Amino acid sequence: MKIKLTFWKVVFIVIMALGLYSSFIRYFRGLGAVSNMTDQFPWGLWIGFDCLCGVMLAAGGFCMVGAVYLFNVERLHAVVRPAVLTAFLGYVLFIVGLLFDLGRPWYIWHQLIYMNPHSVMFEVGMCVMTYTTVLFFEFLPNVFEALKWTTPIKWIKKIYPVLIVLGILLSTLHQSSLGSLYLIMPSKLHPFWYTPALPFFFFASAVAVGLAMTIFESTQSAKAFGRHLELSVLVTLGGALLVALWVNALLRFEDYFRRGLIRQIFKPSYEAYFLWLELTLTFVIPITMLSFKKVRLSPQWLYLASICTVLGFITNRLNIALIGFETYVGHHYIPKWTEFSITLMIIAMGFALFGLAVKYLPIFPDERVPVQPRLRTETAPVVATPVLGHAGD
Amino acid sequence: MSKALLYDATMCIGCKQCESACAQQNKLPYGDNVAAESVQSAHKYTVVLTKDDKFMRRLCMHCEHPACASVCPVGAFHKTKEGPVVYDVWKCIGCRYCMVACVFGQPKYEWQSLNPRVRKCIMCPDRIAAGKQTACAEICPTGATKFGERDDLIREAQDRIRQNPSTYRPYIYGLNEVGGTSVFIISSNKAEDYGYPSLAKIGDTPMPEYTGRVMDRIPDFIPVWTLALGGIYWISHRRDEVAAAEAEEKKQNGSGK
Repeated sequence: MKIKLTFWKVVFIVIMALGLYSSFIRYFRGLGAVSNMTDQFPWGLWIGFDCLCGVMLAAGGFCMVGAVYLFNVERLHAVVRPAVLTAFLGYVLFIVGLLFDLGRPWYIWHQLIYMNPHSVMFEVGMCVMTYTTVLFFEFLPNVFEALKWTTPIKWIKKIYPVLIVLGILLSTLHQSSLGSLYLIMPSKLHPFWYTPALPFFFFASAVAVGLAMTIFESTQSAKAFGRHLELSVLVTLGGALLVALWVNALLRFEDYFRRGLIRQIFKPSYEAYFLWLELTLTFVIPITMLSFKKVRLSPQWLYLASICTVLGFITNRLNIALIGFETYVGHHYIPKWTEFSITLMIIAMGFALFGLAVKYLPIFPDERVPVQPRLRTETAPVVATPVLGHAGD
Repeated sequence: MSKALLYDATMCIGCKQCESACAQQNKLPYGDNVAAESVQSAHKYTVVLTKDDKFMRRLCMHCEHPACASVCPVGAFHKTKEGPVVYDVWKCIGCRYCMVACVFGQPKYEWQSLNPRVRKCIMCPDRIAAGKQTACAEICPTGATKFGERDDLIREAQDRIRQNPSTYRPYIYGLNEVGGTSVFIISSNKAEDYGYPSLAKIGDTPMPEYTGRVMDRIPDFIPVWTLALGGIYWISHRRDEVAAAEAEEKKQNGSGK
C-alpha cells in the first residue's frame, strides 16, 4: 500500500518528531532542561494549556450529553457522538499531558491510596479519573457498533441513565474545581483574574466553550471528512452559544463591578492589555457576530464565531495560569520551545486520533448502523443538506 | 506542646553559620559558592540576607494552618504536633501545587533531577523528637535564632520589644500572618524589605480556608445535584414515554373504528 504524503501529514510527522525529541529531554534530562519553569514559576504552559484549556475544550461532551439525553433536545442528536469522542480524547490527552508535567508521574496512582480530601487537586484528580471512565463507557457503543456486537450495547444502554447523570455531575464538579485550584492564591494572582467566583466562571466558560467546540468540531469534520450536517443543529448551537456568552459576560462584569475594578480594567497596564485581548475575543467579537441573524444562520460565520470564542477562552485560561502571576513573580515566563513542542504533539495526537476514530467508527449519523442508543418515539425524516460544503474555507 | 523559632534580626551578625549547619543537617552541599547565593533553592533551605548592613533570615515559616499541607492531593505535607511542617517524599507525585500555594514561596523544586523532590526547611523534626534544638538555633553564636515553646517565644518577643522600643519595630512578624506561624521575626526594619509578604497583602486568614469554603460544600452539593439531574432526566424521558403511549393509544383507537 502506498501512503500519500499530504501537507498535513508532513506537518504531523514534523510535530511528532520534535515532540518525541522533547519527550526524550523531559524524561532523561528532567523538567529543568525541558522547560522554563522555575521555583518562582512552578506551573507553566503545560498546566495552563494542556490541563486548564484541555479540560475546557473537552467540555462539549457533557454539554451535548446534557442537552440531548437530559433535556431531550432531539435535534442535537447528530452531534452527541463527535462531542463525546472529542471529550474522551480530550481527557485521555489531558492525562498524557499530566504525565509530562508531574515531576514523578510514575507515582500518579498515589492519588488513589494517599487521599487528601481537603485538596482541590485531589478532587479534580478523582473526578477526572472517574469521568474518563464514564466517557469510555459512553464512547464504547461506537466500537461495539463497528464490530456489530449488539448484546454489550444493550448492557450499556441499561446503565446509560447512570452514566449520563454521573458524567454531568462529575463535569460540574471538576470543571468548576479547576477554578477553585486558584482560590488559595489571593496574594499571587492578579485581581483581574483572582475572584472568589472563579469556580463559577470556570464552569460557565466550560459550557460556552463546550458549545463553541461542538460547532467547531462538527463543522470542521463535516468539511474534512465530507460529512453532511444539518443547518438546524448549528443554528441551535449558535443560539445557545450567544446565550452562554451573555451569561459569561454579565457574570464577569458583575464581578468587576462588585469588586470595584471597573475603572481599573480600562486603564492601560500590562495585565489590562491581556485582559482586553481576552474580553475582545471571548465577548465583544463573538457576541457582536452572533447578534446578527445572518451570522446565526450561516455555517461559515458560525464556524468563525466559535473559533473566536474558543481562542478567547484559551486566552482567559492562559491569563489566569501565566500572565496573572507575572507581576507577583516580578519577571516574565516564556515557555521553552520544547514545552511548546510537547503541547503541539499532544494536540496533533488529538487530531490524528479523532481522524482515525471517524474513519473506523460510526461517529457521524450517516454511518450509524440501525442500533439506536436510546428510545425514540418517532423519527422525523432526516434530510441531510450539504450546507457545509464550503464551511471553514 | 508546639515548638517554634524566634529570629531576632537585631542580634544577627550575618555569620551564616545557620546556613552551613542547616546544610550539614540536611546533607546538602555547602561552600563559599553556596554561601554567596542569596536565594533559597532546593539545596539552600535557609538564607541570611543583607540590606543596609542589617540582616534578615528567610526560612519556612511552618504555618499553623499550612497551605502546602491542605493543597497536596496525596497529603505529602503535614504539620506535626511539635510544630514542624514535614514532607513525605515517598507520597509526592510532583504536581507542585504546594509551591504555587505557599504565600512565602518556600517549597523549592529539584528541577534538574529525574526523580525530583520538593525541598524546604522541615525544622529538624528528628532533632526535635530527640529533645534537641534545631541545627540553626543550636549553632547560632549570638542567640539570634532561638528555639523554644511557641507560647514562650511569643512572650519573649513581646518583652524584648517592650524593653527596647527604640531598637525594635513594634511588630512580631508571624504572629498573625495567614493565621499564625511557628517562626517569629522581630527586627528594627521591615521584614517586607527582605521579600517577606506583608500582612496587608496576605491577611490573617488561614490559607486553607480559601479553598475550604468551596470544598466543604461538595458533600452537600453531590446528592442535591445528582437528584436534580436525575429528576430532569426522569421528567424529560417520562414525557417521551407518555407521548409514545398516547400515540400507541391513538393508533389502536384508529384501527378499532
